[in-house]
Amino acid sequence: MILPRPFDTHGHPFSEEAVLSDVVLKVKDLETTFFSKAGPFRAVNKISYEIRKGETLGIVGESGCGKSVTSFSLMRLIEKPGQITGGSAVLNGRDLLKLSEPEMQKVRGDEMAMIFQEPMTALNPVLTIGQQIDEQILMHKNVTPAEAKERSIEMLSLVGIPSPAERYTNYPHQLSGGMRQRAMIAMALSCNPTFLIADEPTTALDVTIQAQILELIQTLQEKLNMTVQFITHDLGVISEIADRTLVMYGGQFCEMGNTQEIFKNPLHPYTHALIGSRPRFGNRVQRLTTIEGSVPAPHEYPAGCPFTNRCSRATEQCRMQKPPVQELSPGHQVACFHPMGAR
Amino acid sequence: MSQNILEVKNLSKFFPIKKGLFLRHVADVRAVDYVSFHVRQGETLGLVGESGCGKSTLGRTLIRLYEPTSGSIRFKGEDFLKVRGESLRKMRKDMQMIFQDPYASLDPRMTVGQILTQPFEIHNIMTPSERLERVKQLLETVGLKASHVNRYPHEFSGGQRQRISIARAIALNPSLVIADEPVSALDVSIQAQILNLMKDLQEKLKLTYVFISHDLSVIEHLCDRIAVMYLGKIVEIATRDELFSNPKHPYTQALISAIPRVGEGKKKMKKSLSGEVPSPINPPSGCHFHPRCAHKKDICSQKAPALESVTGNSEHRSACWLTTQGGL
Repeated sequence: MILPRPFDTHGHPFSEEAVLSDVVLKVKDLETTFFSKAGPFRAVNKISYEIRKGETLGIVGESGCGKSVTSFSLMRLIEKPGQITGGSAVLNGRDLLKLSEPEMQKVRGDEMAMIFQEPMTALNPVLTIGQQIDEQILMHKNVTPAEAKERSIEMLSLVGIPSPAERYTNYPHQLSGGMRQRAMIAMALSCNPTFLIADEPTTALDVTIQAQILELIQTLQEKLNMTVQFITHDLGVISEIADRTLVMYGGQFCEMGNTQEIFKNPLHPYTHALIGSRPRFGNRVQRLTTIEGSVPAPHEYPAGCPFTNRCSRATEQCRMQKPPVQELSPGHQVACFHPMGAR
Repeated sequence: MSQNILEVKNLSKFFPIKKGLFLRHVADVRAVDYVSFHVRQGETLGLVGESGCGKSTLGRTLIRLYEPTSGSIRFKGEDFLKVRGESLRKMRKDMQMIFQDPYASLDPRMTVGQILTQPFEIHNIMTPSERLERVKQLLETVGLKASHVNRYPHEFSGGQRQRISIARAIALNPSLVIADEPVSALDVSIQAQILNLMKDLQEKLKLTYVFISHDLSVIEHLCDRIAVMYLGKIVEIATRDELFSNPKHPYTQALISAIPRVGEGKKKMKKSLSGEVPSPINPPSGCHFHPRCAHKKDICSQKAPALESVTGNSEHRSACWLTTQGGL
């Protein structure tokens, strides 16, 4: 049997060697459960994917689909009543889920870093921007405080903050939303991480500021040769920034593939409906396609495919059985018993 | 050509900033800064701009939730700012508002039935049993069930709550509805449901909408004419097709180029604008946009341009020295 081989963005298969060396992160059957009073709820239900060096993987889905919990699980930032209950996440050859907390602390912020959605709640309001960046550098690198300060100011100027030496002494509330997000990016990148998780980094920002921040992330990614996992609910943002896209619904894997391919030939009925329900600029339709109903509450999901109740193609099988992930065309995987007409 | 339902002239709303022991008036937040436009019967006018541009304040000032600082509003030919008391209430019956956050705009201690009967009680229309019938009918009109009448807002999802807000807004058969970011708090798939519902209701009830949003894709989908705001001023106004195919103001151009396009593939992002929106307390001199504008000339920092017709199109107006002096 020939194992399916990953393909690059042009549809050419990678060589065996490249496949082995190029994978930065390999997530397998990741499972995160929240033990609430109403019973356990799987926020992330056996998700598997991998990201190659220098690539941007977009994770897209609506609220409650588990995209953020996936990221928090990788950072090992899940708090009670949540718990990572299974799977593995191998970053640069080490399983993050097996590391002890002190070991994880060394990885977090150094080898991998995260940018959060709301810079105002992610930054500490009683410490200056400079103190917060210094703290991280001092923790991970063997440097003097003076060197850390120099590095912090260098980072602030790298992310395009004007008069960085002055901003270094500012508190978060003295900065605008866009500047705060830049400061958070400076902090995340201060130790040269190889892997960056960006969790809705532009959702709270205006569209012209969003364009600035996306441009900044792209430029820095190239400059520092980073691998990025980019989480968003915005289909426009994902299609402009991600090489490959993973679509999630109800904590489960729906579809993954080359971003353009996903938008051109969505295989999962959910992806198809999601794309149709977004007004597309320059592509007006009289009526938008809608997805009937709404995302079920945590304990109302069917045993099988989570999308069953809202899906026009659902059958009894979908309700009872979880559809396996299958590769329908090279590099394009879908978890559905009745995928949309493949090309 | 259809009639103007709303005519706004030189409307402004300043919020005073007071300081010190005697609350001395030190400055103003110029949220809406001498704005003029009209809305035609049956159309949807979009107000678009980034946060802090004054679009929500303008929406609220239009129905006098805020008393304007100066200017005039004519609603169906009558001077809306002159009316007081009972006649104001009568006029307000004809204009309603939908708010952004359906979690904040519905009283959590009232049932849906109570929320929706309130408009009828305030205006003293119909008997209680007739009201109940009408409320049930309204719920069905917006895609909910008549049996939901005794439930409380917390029992509904965000999209369903927004449907309740819409039912409340259309309860008294208004002719003008001001919708302030009605879909911004909702998930993509739910947004589509609400946008479709608003389109259906407009056709069925012959509604006129003023639709406020920061999302140009949504604006393009729904609106007939669009006004772009920046720091309290309208910088450009035109019909939808004209605005998107032939934007004149550099800010409109930047805004359009910053929209992420769905399904056009990964691309190198271009910075459309550098810098950020300045404070409306002390806006830049001349054209408010000049510090961020790539095409600025000397005059831009000295004198504010007026909103004037673009050559060859009386429907398309732009407030920019470059367009009034022969185009970019």
